[in-house]
Amino acid sequence: MPKLTIDGIEIEVEPGTSILQACEQLGIEIPRFCYHERLSVPANCRMCLVEMERAPKPVAACAMPCGDGMVVKTNSEVVHKARKGVMEFLLINHPLDCPICDQGGECDLQDQAMAYGFDRGRYGENKRAVQDKYMGPLIRTEMTRCIHCTRCIRFVNEIAGVPDLGAVNRGEHMEITTFVEKAIGSELSGNLADVCPVGALLSKPYAFTARPWELRKTETIDVLDAVGSNIRVDTRGPEVMRVLPRVNEDVNEEWIADKTRFAYDGLKRQRLDRPYVRKDGKLQPASWAEAFQAIAAKVKGVAGNRIAAIAGDLADTESMLALKELMAGLGSANIDCRQDGALFDTSARAGYLFNSGIAGIERADVILLVGTNPRWEGTLVNARIRKRYLMGGLKVAVIGEARELTYPYSHLGTGTDALQQLLDGTHAFADVLRGAKNPMIILGAGVFRRKDGPAVQAAVRKLAETVNVVQDGWNGFNVLHGAASRVGGLDIGFLPGEGGRGTAGILDGAGKGEIDVVFLLGADEIDTAALGKAFVIYQGHHGDKGAHRADVILPGAAYTEKNAIYVNTEGRPQQARLATFPPGEAREDWKILRALSELLGHKLPYDSLAQLRRRLAEVNPVFAAVGSVTPAPWAPFGAEGALDAAPFQSPVANYYMTDPISRASVTMARCAETFVKPAESAQERTGTHG
Amino acid sequence: MLRDEDRIFTNLYGYQSFGLDAARKRGDWDNTKALIAQGKEWIIEQVKESGLRGRGGAGFSTGMKWSFMPKNVTDKPVYLVINADEGEPGTCKDRDILRHDPHKLIEGCLIAGFAIGASACYIYIRGEFYNEGSNVQRAIDEAYAAGLIGKNACGTGYDYDIYIHRGAGAYICGEETALIESIEGKKGQPRNKPPFPAQAGLYSSPTTVNNVESIAVVPTILRRGAAWFAGLGRPKNTGTKLFCISGHVNKPCNVEEEMGIPLKELIEKHAGGVRGGWDNLLAIIPGGSSVPLLPKSICDTVLMDFDSLRDVRSGLGTAAVIVMDKSTDVVKAIARLSQFYAHESCGQCTPCREGTGWMNRIMQRMVTGNARVEEIDMLLEVTKQIEGHTICALGDAAAWPIQGLFRHFRPEVERRILDYRNAAKSLAAE
Amino acid sequence: MSAPAHDPAKEPASFAFTPENLERAKAIIAKYPAGKQASACMPLLDLAQRQHDGWLPRVAMDAVADLLGMPRIRVYEVATFYTMYNKTPVGKHVIQVCTTTPCWLRGSDDIVHTCERKLGIGVGETTADGQFTLREVECSGACVNAPVVQIGDDYYEDVSPEHMEKIIDALKSGEIPKHGSQIGRQSSEPVGGPTTLKAFTTTQAD
Repeated sequence: MPKLTIDGIEIEVEPGTSILQACEQLGIEIPRFCYHERLSVPANCRMCLVEMERAPKPVAACAMPCGDGMVVKTNSEVVHKARKGVMEFLLINHPLDCPICDQGGECDLQDQAMAYGFDRGRYGENKRAVQDKYMGPLIRTEMTRCIHCTRCIRFVNEIAGVPDLGAVNRGEHMEITTFVEKAIGSELSGNLADVCPVGALLSKPYAFTARPWELRKTETIDVLDAVGSNIRVDTRGPEVMRVLPRVNEDVNEEWIADKTRFAYDGLKRQRLDRPYVRKDGKLQPASWAEAFQAIAAKVKGVAGNRIAAIAGDLADTESMLALKELMAGLGSANIDCRQDGALFDTSARAGYLFNSGIAGIERADVILLVGTNPRWEGTLVNARIRKRYLMGGLKVAVIGEARELTYPYSHLGTGTDALQQLLDGTHAFADVLRGAKNPMIILGAGVFRRKDGPAVQAAVRKLAETVNVVQDGWNGFNVLHGAASRVGGLDIGFLPGEGGRGTAGILDGAGKGEIDVVFLLGADEIDTAALGKAFVIYQGHHGDKGAHRADVILPGAAYTEKNAIYVNTEGRPQQARLATFPPGEAREDWKILRALSELLGHKLPYDSLAQLRRRLAEVNPVFAAVGSVTPAPWAPFGAEGALDAAPFQSPVANYYMTDPISRASVTMARCAETFVKPAESAQERTGTHG
Repeated sequence: MLRDEDRIFTNLYGYQSFGLDAARKRGDWDNTKALIAQGKEWIIEQVKESGLRGRGGAGFSTGMKWSFMPKNVTDKPVYLVINADEGEPGTCKDRDILRHDPHKLIEGCLIAGFAIGASACYIYIRGEFYNEGSNVQRAIDEAYAAGLIGKNACGTGYDYDIYIHRGAGAYICGEETALIESIEGKKGQPRNKPPFPAQAGLYSSPTTVNNVESIAVVPTILRRGAAWFAGLGRPKNTGTKLFCISGHVNKPCNVEEEMGIPLKELIEKHAGGVRGGWDNLLAIIPGGSSVPLLPKSICDTVLMDFDSLRDVRSGLGTAAVIVMDKSTDVVKAIARLSQFYAHESCGQCTPCREGTGWMNRIMQRMVTGNARVEEIDMLLEVTKQIEGHTICALGDAAAWPIQGLFRHFRPEVERRILDYRNAAKSLAAE
Repeated sequence: MSAPAHDPAKEPASFAFTPENLERAKAIIAKYPAGKQASACMPLLDLAQRQHDGWLPRVAMDAVADLLGMPRIRVYEVATFYTMYNKTPVGKHVIQVCTTTPCWLRGSDDIVHTCERKLGIGVGETTADGQFTLREVECSGACVNAPVVQIGDDYYEDVSPEHMEKIIDALKSGEIPKHGSQIGRQSSEPVGGPTTLKAFTTTQAD
């Protein structure tokens, strides 16, 4: 371990630590622009120059590894001169348009100019102007502001794995570009606005809408997939102005997916902001009392087994628990949180979790993807696999659709036959799995939509057990869910009870007239036409499919408008927090259910969220540890059965439109237009479709 | 004056064929096997003892450079890379080796490659030297055909391949790590050091990059002995050197001379003297465009070697002597170099990308005097803000000529600025 | 260089190496270690340019990228970094006058002016008949034979304005003028013969 002296302080660091990192350990701030701790180190901005004894000239702290006996000064005359010089060079061709720049107030260049800039410019020549570049519907460019740090190029090459950006020309004519006016084809492209230290790459939808200092910042989580990315929601008054990532090394590091970041305009459209009751075949605005009475009138006298409830993908855990207990009060066991009709054995928690954790991907050396397109089903999971790939020595194989992922893989087959061959040991990749130290299998949610879901689950469990996917200190059996509500729903048992019906049974029953009342808690991805003549109560926040079919609409809160717990695919309960109030008469969901329960004569025993959360922890102790994962013990799960030879299909056909919020988003519609449609039509042209 | 029998590049001017037979008659490839049989350590030791310093400009001990290469590398290939990206303004010596004496280079490549344990050698030739590169390729083909290189090179049991890689127009590729990037198929942007090429160079393998001339003199040094080479020139500045004398001389030329030859003697003996006589001399850039110019008073006595020129705050560089007589607009001459560096900056790191353009713009104004006197000090500050702060030496190279100009010709620039002011004033008064 | 790197109006729809050039490309790729075929990027761009009337349309860069399995943007970066790749169409003869200090000291300005006058175009332009493109270039590396003019692959050295006129006239009439020193020097020796190595000024007797 090298020992060195920085500003007179001795420090011992891990081998390979850079001077800049050592300084950070000591709390010494080193200014930088090009350096980003998650990207490669080009040392091109030269802002981090420090003085090193015996070195003829200042060295770049970011790129210089610590060596034994080094004596470094970060605060000397030489260093200050160097930094001031670099700062001046960065500013000579940088426009003085901070007042109209979206980066203003949160700009690295602005901040550091305060410390190292001159109070006036000495550059009397004409400033450089650079043509802006088209980078798609999400990233706005103002290339004259670019300081050529190349973070964006490194981000798309390294993290996103989509080499669409480069620097063309040379010298002062060097320009960052896609060269051929091309949208950045990555679901992570929004992060470019974050990695850019200046106002060259910006969020297009956010452009000119707010200044950072007028925004209220709420730390919460995302629910548009099951990753549970940690986010910050910036609001002004009642409006969400933007969504930014928060660092959580275990989950999303410091990145978020484009849907997470940009679907927020969907929160302002198609909203259910008051109750509705269907009268004369038409949904009419109603008061809360009228809506509740309409429900009470319908439910009264209906046998419990003729009532059912389905929870959708965005439902929070508290309201699901409240609904479950209300349904129990009404005598119904017909509840399901799997609106997609997924079939799997839920008896063992390990059977439906991403057991290794997302960060655990970094420990894997062989990954088998079964029936999943992680790029679209869990973008940050995919990003983590790419990160692992870049670390070297990772082998990836895919059973299912051969999608363009951001790392190389071998395609073993499209259906269960490849799985069977692995089980039989007749496929060469079985040896690779067997030879792995930490093998991992990632099972997509689409697998369980098949009739043979439980059988596939059992088969994969068997494979996992034969090739050491589960061993001491390592569980690489991973289910990648797509729905944010799913694991929470499973953890509280929002599942058919004794003799109860699941989603398919409920729809079937409703169609046959065996179910009279169906409660949809934000369930929109079901076949609403199958509901027959049933009386449908829709509680949710968007006027999507479920609301259109409803007889009574109870306006609920979107994820940015309530304090609620969601459990991500790893089984990590996390708290969403209220950033704005629900619009109009809409209310937080658990409160609606609590109020309704009283009117229905089955008053739920909680009057506050705290009481409800206590109940939650009683139902399942995992909810006592919000933020962390309670490991699930390995136990047998799945059901023996015949495997269907049909190819696996990803449940996500269009990444940008998966739920009522993203479907209401104009930005997401633009993305679909830009990224999904051309790909689909290209596929049709070449006839490789299906 | 150096005796002809001590000259290494006997076909410098190409009166004779560059082909293998002619080269052999000039002494090349003469029992190379025996030289190699002496072993790596002996070769490196001989080169060290000869005092040979890199001929590409930096003047680092060639033998020392080789000794930095890791020994007994087995997990990766080791490469020798020859820097034939000659482009430093004023410099055209390697061109003559490439086109007229390529076998000296190729034999040197084999011996140097053997000494550092290389399995292959890439010769990076600037793209504009199309015909020169073709001569080298023909010489390589001849050497392969004669069994001098390739499998069992010269019958030594050593397998060694030599390839040429052509550049495509970028001065910066003369910087060794930019050159490596360029061979790897990328833009020629210099790398940060460490790691140095000896640790991780071409394809992340241990690599030595040497200048054409440095390598081409090695076989002769080994044949005639380190002591012979070390006996020429002055201590620490030994051997012979190719000088390029351009600009305002009566007979511009390349010539091989002894290190340490007085500048005046070099010009008068070989280049026909300064146009209009020695007294008509204004200034000389003694080592290629990157080194500060020298006024006549220094040129009168200075010796042409690394240390003598360093002592007068200039440098030997590539030993390219650019002569300017009294008719020269010296400000414009240097401003033209500023334009060159702005054009050739790779754009990677801030001080060079932004600074070379800035300096160029100020220098162009200084040519006409359209500037303020205070801007001279500001310009010098800008040169200091670049110098020593960049990834590679191009930033320094852009700064030094300007510093040299103002060190010796500041009054000239001040006069122009005043004249410009006065002309503007009288124009306004009319 | 501030001009757009390619002009969509002049872009051909496609580019493919001729069978002969594809063979050459394979031989070039073979010079580099397995897996390092990106090294062939520069020579292949040169090959493509020679095949395509001396300039590189974007489709040619794409063809090189695809052949080498490189991301296309990496090839665009290379093509726009090096000055010898022409990103827009050029004349049949590209006249490149070196104007860096050593050539400038010996009258390169006059050579440029001669070309401009003679061809009726400015630096950076191409004659209407598509025969000539005139450029100023940075140091050609033949400074002791200044002024230097590169036309195609050849260097014309010790060029005076009169020589330049003759060279252009010859090119216009379809001749290839003799390259090298225009004043009869063998190469880089002093005018009138070398001061050294006089014994080597005759070709060797075989």
